[in-house]
Amino acid sequence: MHIVVCIKQVPDSAQIRVHPVTNTIMRQGVPTIINPYDLFALEEALKLRDSHGGKVTVLTMGPAMAEEALRKSLTYGADGAVLLTDRCFAGSDTLATSFALSKAIAKIGDAFGTPDIVFTGKQTIDGDTAQVGPGIAKRLNFRQLTYVAKITSIDLASRAITVERRSEGGTQILNSRLPCLITMLEGVNAIRRGSLDDALRAACSEIVKWNAADAGIEEITKCGLRGSPTVVKRVFAPTPRAQSAVQIETSDKTLRHVADEVVASILTQQPALELALSSNLA
Amino acid sequence: MKKELPEHFREYRHVWVFMELERGQVHPVSFELLGEGRRLADQLGVQLAGAVLGPPGEATSHAVTEAFAYGADLVYLLETPLLTDYRNEPFTKALTDLVVTYKPEILLLGATTLGRDLAGSVATTLLTGLTADCTELDVDTDGSLAATRPTFGGSLLCTIYTLNCRPQMATVRPRVMRMPLRTNKPVGRVIRHDLPMVEEEIATKVLGFLSDGKSETANLAYADVVVAGGLGLGAAENMRLLKNLARTIGGEYGCSRPLVQKGWMPVDRQIGQTGKTIRPKLYIAAGISGAIQHRVGVEGADLILAVNTDPNAPIFEFAHLGVVADAIGLLPALTEVFSRRLAPSRRVKLVT
Repeated sequence: MHIVVCIKQVPDSAQIRVHPVTNTIMRQGVPTIINPYDLFALEEALKLRDSHGGKVTVLTMGPAMAEEALRKSLTYGADGAVLLTDRCFAGSDTLATSFALSKAIAKIGDAFGTPDIVFTGKQTIDGDTAQVGPGIAKRLNFRQLTYVAKITSIDLASRAITVERRSEGGTQILNSRLPCLITMLEGVNAIRRGSLDDALRAACSEIVKWNAADAGIEEITKCGLRGSPTVVKRVFAPTPRAQSAVQIETSDKTLRHVADEVVASILTQQPALELALSSNLA
Repeated sequence: MKKELPEHFREYRHVWVFMELERGQVHPVSFELLGEGRRLADQLGVQLAGAVLGPPGEATSHAVTEAFAYGADLVYLLETPLLTDYRNEPFTKALTDLVVTYKPEILLLGATTLGRDLAGSVATTLLTGLTADCTELDVDTDGSLAATRPTFGGSLLCTIYTLNCRPQMATVRPRVMRMPLRTNKPVGRVIRHDLPMVEEEIATKVLGFLSDGKSETANLAYADVVVAGGLGLGAAENMRLLKNLARTIGGEYGCSRPLVQKGWMPVDRQIGQTGKTIRPKLYIAAGISGAIQHRVGVEGADLILAVNTDPNAPIFEFAHLGVVADAIGLLPALTEVFSRRLAPSRRVKLVT
C-alpha cells in the first residue's frame, strides 16, 4: 500500500505577535512546527503501513526551509519525502494549492507508485480553512472522507475502506472505495517517537525537491496568485472594545461576599437573566 | 486589482444560502445565514434563495417552509432518496448542478463539518473562490462580496474578495451571525430540480450513525449560559467546580484550548478560534487568560464575567465584569449564591 501524507510547515501560532504599528505579522524569531493536525494524519498513515505493508511518502509545498518539516517526518518513520517548491507557487490560495498538490501527488504516483490513500490533517492552524484536503480529493477524483476519527477496516483486495467520521451530533460510519483522501481528526492517536534507525536514516536521506516543471505542472497560470480566485484586500487588527471590564473589588471581603456582589451585578446588568436562569432550572 | 468580470459570469445574480439538513433537522446556522443573506440581497437589490437538498418527505418540506419563514424569496429544491444521509458525492453533484443551472453570485454555507466538507468540493468543482469561517460579510461599492475572517489564529482579520469567478462562496460558523426573527411568511416560489445520478454511481455508503445522545451532547454553541475554565483551574479534578456551577444555573460548560491539550476536557467542549463560537446571554470565564484565539469565540456573548488572579490578563479587556480572584475558590461561592438567589422564583414556578 502506498500512502501520501500532505503536511504543512506553519508558524507556531501561539507565539505569533502582531506589529503594533503596521499590523503585520512579526515572523522573525517565531518557531515553525509541523501543523499539529497533520501529525495525527502522519501517525495514522504509519500505523496502516505497519499493519498492511507498503510505504508512506510525505509531501509538502513551501519554501526551501520546509525541508525541516519533511526531515522531521522521516525521523518519525516516513519512508520518503517530497518538497514542492517554486516561486510560482507564492501567494496560492486554497484552490491554487490544491491544484499544485494534486499534480505533485499524481507525479509521486508515476515515480513511486499510485497512492491508495492521501492523508491530510483536518485543517492547518495558520489558515484554518479545511479546504485544501477536499480540493485535492476533487482534483484527483478520489473519494473524500473528512473529519475521520477512526479507520475501522481496509480491504486492499476489494479496495474497500470503512471509517468513522465525525459529523454534527454524532459519528457516521462510512464504507467507501480506495483510492480516497482522508482528513484526520485531532486527538485520535499520538505521533510516535521514531526509532534510532529512523533518525539515522532521516539524517542522511535525500529529500526529493521538485519545482513546478519537475512535478509536471505546465499550467503555471493555475498556480500562485494568478491561479487564486481569492485575493486578500485588507489585513487589520480587531478593534479593541471601548470599555474594559467593570472590576468587582475583592479586598477585605470573603469569597461569599464577592460572589454576592458578582451575582447582584450580573442581574443588574442583565435583568432578563434572572428569569432565564430560573427557567433553565425548572 | 479588479478586472472586468468575464462575459459568462455576468449573468450570475442573487444570493443563496445552502440549507443544511441532516437527519431531519435544519441546522440553525442556515437561519443565521438567511438573516445575513437577506441583508446582502437587499443591498444588492437581488433575491435571496435557499437551496434545499434532501430526501422526499416531511423533513425536507419543513426545511422549505422554514427557509421562507427566515427570509428567503424563493427556494431551489432537490429531493431524492440519494440525499437522505450526507455523503460528499451526491451532495457535491447536486449543489454544483444547481449553481451551474441557476447561477447565484453569492453562495453561503455553514462552517460545520458538513458545510466545510461540501463547500470545499463544490468550490473546487466550479473553480471558484471560497472564504472559510467568515465573521463579517459585506457588499462593496462595486457589488463584490467582501468577506472578513480571522487569520493567524485570530490575531488579525483579513478581508477577502473573489475576483473574476462566480459564485463568490463563503462559509460562516454557527453563532457568528445573529439569529433573525422567524416570520409566518407563506411558502413562495419553489423551483424543483432533478439529480441525474443513481445509487450505483456513489461509492460511499452510510453503514450507521452513532448519535452522541442527549446527555452527552455539548450544545455549547446554542446555550444561553456557558461556564468555561482555563489553565487557572490548575488541575483536572477542578473541572467539577465548572460542572457544578453550570448545572446550578442550567448552562453548558466548556474550556479554552490548553485544557483540551492537557486532556482535561474533550475537544467538543473547546471554545475559541479552533473550537466553538458561542453567543450566550451570560458567559463566565474562570481562570482563562483570554488569548485572541479565545476572544474570537466568545465576543458575541451579551455579558462576559471574567475571573482571573492576574489583573493584567487580556480577558479583562473584553469582559464586561471582572473579578481578580482565584476561580477555584470563587466558583463554589458563585454556585451557592446563584442557587440561593434563584431558588425562590423556582418555587413560584413550580406552584403556578
